[in-house]
Amino acid sequence: MKRGSFWSWLWVAIGGLYFFLPLLSTFDFSLRAKKGILTFVAYENIFKDPQFWSTIRFSLVIALFTVFFSILLVVPTVYWIRLRLPQLRMLVEFISMLSYVIPAIVLVFGLIRVFSGSPFYLTNSYFGTYVLLVAAYVVLTLPFSFRAIDTGMSAIDVRSLTEAAQSLGAGWGTILFRVIFPNLKVAILSSVFLTLATVIGEYTMASFIIGLKSFGPYMSLVGQNKTYESSSITIISFLMTWALMMVIQLFNRTKANNGTHSGGR
Amino acid sequence: MAFIELSNLSKVYGTTTVVENVNLSAEKGEFISFLGPSGCGKTTTLRMVAGFELPNTGNIVLDGTDITNLSPRDRNIGMVFQSYALFPNMTIGQNIGFGLQTRKLSKTEIKEKVAEMLALVHLESHIDKYPYQLSGGQQQRIALARALAINPAVLLLDEPLSALDAKIRVELRLEIRRIQQTMGITTIYVTHDQEEAMLLSDRVMVMSQGHVEQIGSPSMIYNHPATEFVAQFVGQLNLLPVSAVDLDAATCTVAEQTVHFETAAGREPGESPRLAIRPEELHIGLPATDEEVNVLRGEIASVLFLGAIVRLRVRVNDVFITADIFNERDLTFPRTGDEIVLNFSKHACWLI
Ligand SMILES: Nc1ncnc2c1ncn2[C@@H]1O[C@H](COP(=O)(O)OP(=O)(O)OP(=O)(O)O)[C@@H](O)[C@H]1O
Ligand SMILES: [Mg+2]
Repeated sequence: MKRGSFWSWLWVAIGGLYFFLPLLSTFDFSLRAKKGILTFVAYENIFKDPQFWSTIRFSLVIALFTVFFSILLVVPTVYWIRLRLPQLRMLVEFISMLSYVIPAIVLVFGLIRVFSGSPFYLTNSYFGTYVLLVAAYVVLTLPFSFRAIDTGMSAIDVRSLTEAAQSLGAGWGTILFRVIFPNLKVAILSSVFLTLATVIGEYTMASFIIGLKSFGPYMSLVGQNKTYESSSITIISFLMTWALMMVIQLFNRTKANNGTHSGGR
Repeated sequence: MAFIELSNLSKVYGTTTVVENVNLSAEKGEFISFLGPSGCGKTTTLRMVAGFELPNTGNIVLDGTDITNLSPRDRNIGMVFQSYALFPNMTIGQNIGFGLQTRKLSKTEIKEKVAEMLALVHLESHIDKYPYQLSGGQQQRIALARALAINPAVLLLDEPLSALDAKIRVELRLEIRRIQQTMGITTIYVTHDQEEAMLLSDRVMVMSQGHVEQIGSPSMIYNHPATEFVAQFVGQLNLLPVSAVDLDAATCTVAEQTVHFETAAGREPGESPRLAIRPEELHIGLPATDEEVNVLRGEIASVLFLGAIVRLRVRVNDVFITADIFNERDLTFPRTGDEIVLNFSKHACWLI
């Protein structure tokens, strides 16, 4: 017992060092913008840069649209597969994983090639590029959203709930929006935060479809041109992602508590 | 004209016929059970009535209207599931009110009806709780109240009690019967528990491998089983090997002793006939002089004490017979190896 716990702690410590050391040294470096003293001036410079705020706002809006459409696409799809087309499950799972396998750079060239031409011409207007970007992000985040929603749906008895609602006179709209969606709250929220975390800092697709307007390319620009700010923006974006992850954990935790003991809501 | 009528109902999955040519007509207010072993097609038949499955042949007529191809939401049928299927995101009150909301009733009407249904199942104080805060038995009562709130033409229940423990099961089945009687609602109840089916039903439909074996009142099914399957599935049954069958005299030889049996039209014995008799029809001792009574002599092979009854295994010339006798407080138990005389009426046994 004692020996076992010693070794497991050792591995945890090694893992922790591997994870935290680069982070710590990046943080340390970001504080050394002025010779001889520790200072937050590299952070100040970032926060004072209007482009930081405009790009992050832009990416956030894009991310919210992505979240909206991805849920609208994934929830009914997963629902229908579980209810009526279980034989299609393998196929859809495979399709949802594709964006994980195909490099983003390949994907984005394919997208631009197809959708810049007739009959779409999506790259001819700003609005068109926004549509293209959101659609691309919906595909890019499919692996997470599909999995999160699917797990959530496996926790409820989709079939019986649907049939109970049907026999009580409910149509498909009522079933989806009053029975299925509300019971997937936790799964949808994890999918939302995973999508947000992925989309906000995404570089490849953003830089090819939109360019410097969005946060990913902006981060990369800072990284190339400003020595200390490149470190401070790394830390900032890392903290943002981490905060989102904490929120997911928090939601999962409350859900687990509700399930095990019958605490209030 | 019957209130609900299933005619020639069949369902095929791939190449297997899981429901074959089911015919049933039920009167308004009748309580019908589908009874049969696992996989015999009870649920599938019920789901066709509910509209969740479409039959391959046949049709379903409810109160004069053909509903065979109607969507489930338009059938006005109440359904209770084994898994309760309460909506986890809604309170008990909202669950019961759900069907009333889809019917666009006013808020006050819904409130009144919900209160009425909650009173019916004695759970008034739980209106604002969520399903996970109730026990299984309470949840199933709510599911029943929810199904009944919409005033359905027919109530369908698919093994509603099998997820509950024995005590609650006994309690709740009486409750279901009481509510069914008060509301006078036509009910179809699926179960594989014969006791449940017997106790609750006006008529029982016994199924096996997709087809109907017999439809009749519980006592009919038990005392006059139409087929060997029904005789064996419902209750306990001795099936004794026979020889020297004389159909005209209605006698045969069982374990080297002559036995008189009852013949009935339409109940011809099969290729290798056996004598059927229920354990409780066997009595201990010699009969009080009656030529119609059969007597078998043997010895006790084992004694099982089951509480209300004592089950004896009796060996008669290498044939084993099960006999049930009632327990009494001062009963002297027969012991293994004791000589014993069994008698039974000729009307209690038949050849199958
Ligand atoms: N969707 C389906 N596809 C293929 N076969 C099915 C399907 N649903 C049911 N079956 C088959 O039909 C047969 C009858 O099933 P059903 O559920 O009606 O039985 P049951 O009498 O309700 O049994 P149980 O007491 O176990 O619930 C079974 O052999 C089952 O495997
Ligand atoms: Mg079943």
